[in-house]
Amino acid sequence: MTHASSLRSWGLAAAGALCVAGVLLAPQVTDTFALLALTVYLVMAMLALSLAFVWGFGGILCFGQAAFFGLGAYAYAIGAINFGPGVAALLLSVAVPAVFAALLGYFMFYGRISDVYLGVITLAVTLILFNLANSTSGSEYRIGEALLGGFNGIPSIPTLTLPGHDSPLEPEGLFRLVGLLLIAAYVGLRLLLRTRFGQVVVAVRENERRAELLGYDARLHKLLAFALGGAIAGLAGCLYANWGAFVNPGVFSLAQSAQIIIWVIVGGRGTLIGPMIGCVGIQWMVTALGGQQTVDTGLVLGVVLAAFVMLIPRGIAPTVMGWFAPRARPVATGQERVR
Amino acid sequence: MDLAAIFSIEVVGAIATLVLMSIGLAVVFGMMKIINLAHGEFMMLGGYVAILATNRFGVPIWLSMLVLAPLVTGLFGVLVERLLVRHLYGRMIDTMLATWGLSLALVGIATMVFGNTTVGISSPLPGFAIGRFQGSGYTLFVIAVAVAVLAGLWLLFRFTDLGLCARASMQNAAMAAALGANPGRIYTLTFGFGAALSGLGGAVLAPVSGVIPTIGASYIAKAFITVIGGGSAVITGNLAASGLFGAVSQAVTFATTPVFGEVALLVAAVLLIRLLPQGITGRFFKKSI
Repeated sequence: MTHASSLRSWGLAAAGALCVAGVLLAPQVTDTFALLALTVYLVMAMLALSLAFVWGFGGILCFGQAAFFGLGAYAYAIGAINFGPGVAALLLSVAVPAVFAALLGYFMFYGRISDVYLGVITLAVTLILFNLANSTSGSEYRIGEALLGGFNGIPSIPTLTLPGHDSPLEPEGLFRLVGLLLIAAYVGLRLLLRTRFGQVVVAVRENERRAELLGYDARLHKLLAFALGGAIAGLAGCLYANWGAFVNPGVFSLAQSAQIIIWVIVGGRGTLIGPMIGCVGIQWMVTALGGQQTVDTGLVLGVVLAAFVMLIPRGIAPTVMGWFAPRARPVATGQERVR
Repeated sequence: MDLAAIFSIEVVGAIATLVLMSIGLAVVFGMMKIINLAHGEFMMLGGYVAILATNRFGVPIWLSMLVLAPLVTGLFGVLVERLLVRHLYGRMIDTMLATWGLSLALVGIATMVFGNTTVGISSPLPGFAIGRFQGSGYTLFVIAVAVAVLAGLWLLFRFTDLGLCARASMQNAAMAAALGANPGRIYTLTFGFGAALSGLGGAVLAPVSGVIPTIGASYIAKAFITVIGGGSAVITGNLAASGLFGAVSQAVTFATTPVFGEVALLVAAVLLIRLLPQGITGRFFKKSI
């Protein structure tokens, strides 16, 4: 390891420690209202992280990341109502979307479907879930004890109780849990991208045929990346259900999927940190815009999305990193697009 | 027997509705290989033009629906092509995302201008009876417009110079340019023409559902799915995909509820893309327009 890169590793470790300390200490210095707002920002940042990985590194444009988020939220709600808000419900909320994503991924990637056609299928599947969830009103639609509630959704979902505790998580505890899980997911994905598996995923994004000719199974790598993205989105959905104690079919809506894509575009494809920053920034902006009546929020979001695609297509994080990166090496490496 | 007649009219009506919902998008996708995700909002615009021109200014409904709406939407489409789409040619995903941004912005503007309420107009045609059953006269009109649009498109592509230039640019833009066609102008015209068709579709479907700023969202997914399912041949592909999806969804709607009809349509689309990744015309009727 060279001196510069070891310095970099130390820097990263220090930044990580700072984040963990921040997450643990924040509840001491903020009031409950701000804490609840911060919690949902971090939950959505985890959702942004899942698409940042699937799209930015896997090269899979998924119009239906909201489907996995919603499945996670519903799975947690149903699990928590049926067999208590423990670790089992949490695991269910990760497993259901992961398995669903794996099945859908098998269907798509082993069918050699790519590009815009992936977009159609993921969009269609999300809308199917939206329609189905909306039509489940009435007492005949129940899973165990849990009434699905159709358009009205599932209210009063019990909050997670960690093992070894008697009472459910307080807002402070939930914030810390969300923050730590987000950091863990981020660090986990960073480490995963350094492994052979992660590098093959990126290689497939860069050139699928070349990766296959080198002997890697592009279909399998895409499928696993997609399922992992589904699992992280499902975890975010579970935390979201915990945050609001409520879930309705709106989690499957087109608007929800659109938001996730905007976060990634604004933050920057091909980085993990960018979409999280984009997510928090956009959410902050939406909250601020919600306080006034003159300009419609959708109008601003739309203009932001179009402006970024036209003017800053790489997104914030890669552009800013570009300013600080050392000047391009004189030798052409053929790796301009590896970020 | 009467039931069968009414049922067939409803099925053909569902197919015609899908054709009108997606043909504007199909023209733009087939000719220019870009997906315009603001297509639903172009339809919304057409619907508002038709309804407001009639309700506020007393323009005859047929005139505002069949002439004014496509005209206004078409001009708007030309503007959008010049300002937005033109800069993104060859970047299919980016075009999709930029037009998605446009779509969100248009919904926002419409909400600010018209408010978040449904405006409607009563169906201008009386119903008709077959035996004991009552059918909607407007369904017949929707079918007639869809047939006229497809026939008109076929004549345009097949027999006019403009259609020839458009098809040439679509196959090989550089070669068409070398032979004297002007691809830039043709793209602008094609996009505007596709927008006009979207506006026409939105206007003709407006009396059925009313218009609300967010109505585009209910059109775009089905339109997108139908176009991709149809593949690159504009007319044949669109007709084939609309026929398949419309029949499936209407049959399931009859047997169960409209919600499951819609779900059946989406499932059919997912299976179709899986089996024919290039759409129907990627495998069959390859030489068709």
